[in-house]
Amino acid sequence: MSEVVEAGHATHDDHHDHGPDKGLARWLFTTNHKDIGTLYLWFSFTMFLIGGVLALVIRAELFQPGLQFVNPEFFNQMTTNHGLIMVFGAIMPAFVGLANWLVPMMVGAPDMALPRMNNLSFWILPFAFAMLISTLFMEAGGPNFGWTFYAPLSTTYAPETVTYFIFGVHLMGASSIMGSINIIATILNMRAPGMTLMKMPLFVWTWLITAYLLLAVMPVLAGAVTMMLFDIHFGTSFFNAAGGGDPVMFQHIFWFFGHPEVYIMILPAFGVVSQIIPTFSRKPLFGYDSMVYATASIAFLSFIVWAHHMFTVGMPLAGQLFFMYATMLIAVPTGVKVFNWVSTMWQGAMTFETPMLFAIAFVILFTIGGFSGLMLAITPADYQYHDTYFVVAHFHYVLVPGALFSIIAAVYYWLPKWCGRMYDESLGKLHFWLSFIGVNVTFFPQHFSGLAGMPRRIPDYALQFADFNMLSSIGAFIFGFSQVFFLYVVIKAIRSGKPATDRVWEGAHGLEWTLPSPAPYHSFTHPPKITDAEAHS
Amino acid sequence: MSSQTDQSVYYVPHNGWYPVWVAFGAFMLLAGLGTWLNAVKADEDPSAWMMYVGGATLAVVLFFWFAKVIEENHQGLANEQLKRSYVWGMGWFIFSEVMFFAAFFGALFYARNFAVAWLGGEGAKGITGDYLWPEFSSEWPVMANPDNSLFQGPAESMASPGIGSWLSYLPFWNTVILLTSSVTVHFAHTSLKNDSRGGLIGWLALTVLLGIVFLILQGWEYLHAYDELGLTLSSGIYGSTFFILTGFHGFHVTLGTFMLIIALLRAIKGHFSHHDCFGFEATSWYWHFVDVVWVCLFFFVYIF
Repeated sequence: MSEVVEAGHATHDDHHDHGPDKGLARWLFTTNHKDIGTLYLWFSFTMFLIGGVLALVIRAELFQPGLQFVNPEFFNQMTTNHGLIMVFGAIMPAFVGLANWLVPMMVGAPDMALPRMNNLSFWILPFAFAMLISTLFMEAGGPNFGWTFYAPLSTTYAPETVTYFIFGVHLMGASSIMGSINIIATILNMRAPGMTLMKMPLFVWTWLITAYLLLAVMPVLAGAVTMMLFDIHFGTSFFNAAGGGDPVMFQHIFWFFGHPEVYIMILPAFGVVSQIIPTFSRKPLFGYDSMVYATASIAFLSFIVWAHHMFTVGMPLAGQLFFMYATMLIAVPTGVKVFNWVSTMWQGAMTFETPMLFAIAFVILFTIGGFSGLMLAITPADYQYHDTYFVVAHFHYVLVPGALFSIIAAVYYWLPKWCGRMYDESLGKLHFWLSFIGVNVTFFPQHFSGLAGMPRRIPDYALQFADFNMLSSIGAFIFGFSQVFFLYVVIKAIRSGKPATDRVWEGAHGLEWTLPSPAPYHSFTHPPKITDAEAHS
Repeated sequence: MSSQTDQSVYYVPHNGWYPVWVAFGAFMLLAGLGTWLNAVKADEDPSAWMMYVGGATLAVVLFFWFAKVIEENHQGLANEQLKRSYVWGMGWFIFSEVMFFAAFFGALFYARNFAVAWLGGEGAKGITGDYLWPEFSSEWPVMANPDNSLFQGPAESMASPGIGSWLSYLPFWNTVILLTSSVTVHFAHTSLKNDSRGGLIGWLALTVLLGIVFLILQGWEYLHAYDELGLTLSSGIYGSTFFILTGFHGFHVTLGTFMLIIALLRAIKGHFSHHDCFGFEATSWYWHFVDVVWVCLFFFVYIF
């Protein structure tokens, strides 16, 4: 293993073992992309469990009609914080963690481009979420206005803890912006010679584009919450019509952030799946170039479709038509992707290890979520679906068996490279089937209750929705506990899994598989040579 | 040390205590500010110690962090590739700042073109305004708000009096000052490229001076707005957009001036050379950026 230059420490730490520090200091002060990736992933899993507990409170309350466990006010805090924690605490940090672990290894770099800032991006997050989650224990209660925090619910009528929520969002935004800058600088400046842009693994490509989305919209979110702060504390009237402002303006600004945010949570998932499917199909990715262009097109379109989230709020007809057609256009590049994944598998020598199972489930179930999205894009139909459980079913299908399944698939796929040990294949498959059944039992019935008219964000409901809700709650508990089982599978692999080979998977290509398993603390101090076999797939 | 370092190796610092303390400082600053704001709003006795602890931590740690990076550069640890990372980093940071201002400009455009017009009964959604506030008629700047008992409109606005009277119009002079400062910071850069240290220091000092004069005039304008025009944060959408745009711009000018002062002090210490001056260049890009934002402000907030 080659050395990393250690000059500049001559006075105080003149050691040359270059391994990690010992104890807590390693994690607090680390500048190593693998350590930081690990921190991100464990943080994300912790938030996932917390957000999951909130979800189970919701599902327990909805198991039967009537109020049984919580009062409506607390129920609102549960839905709000479940959304915020899952979006900003679980899904996004998990993808940043994957980027940290994988991007430097995939492009042949020694580390992330700006290692100290990398540490800062991570350590802001625990503070931000401490600030957000602590509000649940305050006298006024936590945020209760939905994860979309529409004004005036989040301004005029908000609990006083909204101030901490606002600053929490500012901190998360700062973390995301610094993380994105780091990823962009790493990809554009740290590639090994010969790793041209069109030879990069698709995971790297999707993250490059995602980082641009983050840079473009996180500051807009910061602007939105700043205007809220001013409306609440400094007497401005951005979102108050009495002073010439407009609550609908809040929704426009929020969704200008919010829609690209949806793709921020799914583009890296596309990247992960595009790495895994070729490996277990033992074929190169079908249509690599078109995958890149499709990703870029989706990213571009994400900026001009935001108002499809607010068709019912009152918009000029021309606006409704524009946003409807623009939204439907997204189905084209997304269709290209699904076609390419299926064509990659076509006539491949396929095997079905756990990562592949999750990846295939991703393709099928994400596509279902995409189809329900197309239904919601039709303006007149959306008038019926808006704010019903159909919307809940739609976005959970793209986020749970979509984004989350891809993260789980990524963990199974790269875990042997990270810790040098294999997970137990039959436990992994069991985890998959429990998750697959759980997720469908939870969310599929919600399509029906939504179409039948059940509104979202309510703690009680009319009797005719009882059966679907009971089914949904049973599924949620199956799904929730199978993720605790996932924790067991991962810990078992780390502690006592069988040693993994360097290539790990017979069909795997890419620079990360040329390194030993576990990957050494510093991977490519000197740039590796890029062979055709290790370029894009 | 510098002669021994291998320029083909990308310098990855082994570890650092700065970032986690910056995170802590930012947390204390914002949690303290939140507590303080909530106390003020609830008419309680506000306590600000958390805010001060956070601010002080941030200031001290950032000082040591930047000092460390400068020191490492002097030791020759930063190779060309690392400097390119800094360039990418600063460039995309400025892009994110552009998007931050885009949110407020977007709010201004939406309010002017849609919200206020609709409230005044015009356009596709005008019927709502007719029902809610039939008295309200749309104009920009909005001098009388839909509900003047909640939000008292301003007596006068900051709108441009017409190009003929610009010589007595403060925002015009502020525009001249900031545009000039963009030129002076460019001259400082040219001097640096010609290895003229005196020129660098002189032009930088002049830029700092112009920045400070701009900020003083901006403060003066705010006093004038509050005391004489009755234009405040709470005078409705015009005051809201006016103060958030000019206020955040002023905050960025303050930050930029501070960065320029640091660059000036470093120039006096002899830090920059014509091929190694990222700290200076990043500052000057930032300064050009706040300048461009001001030009947009001058057009869309003051003139049109």
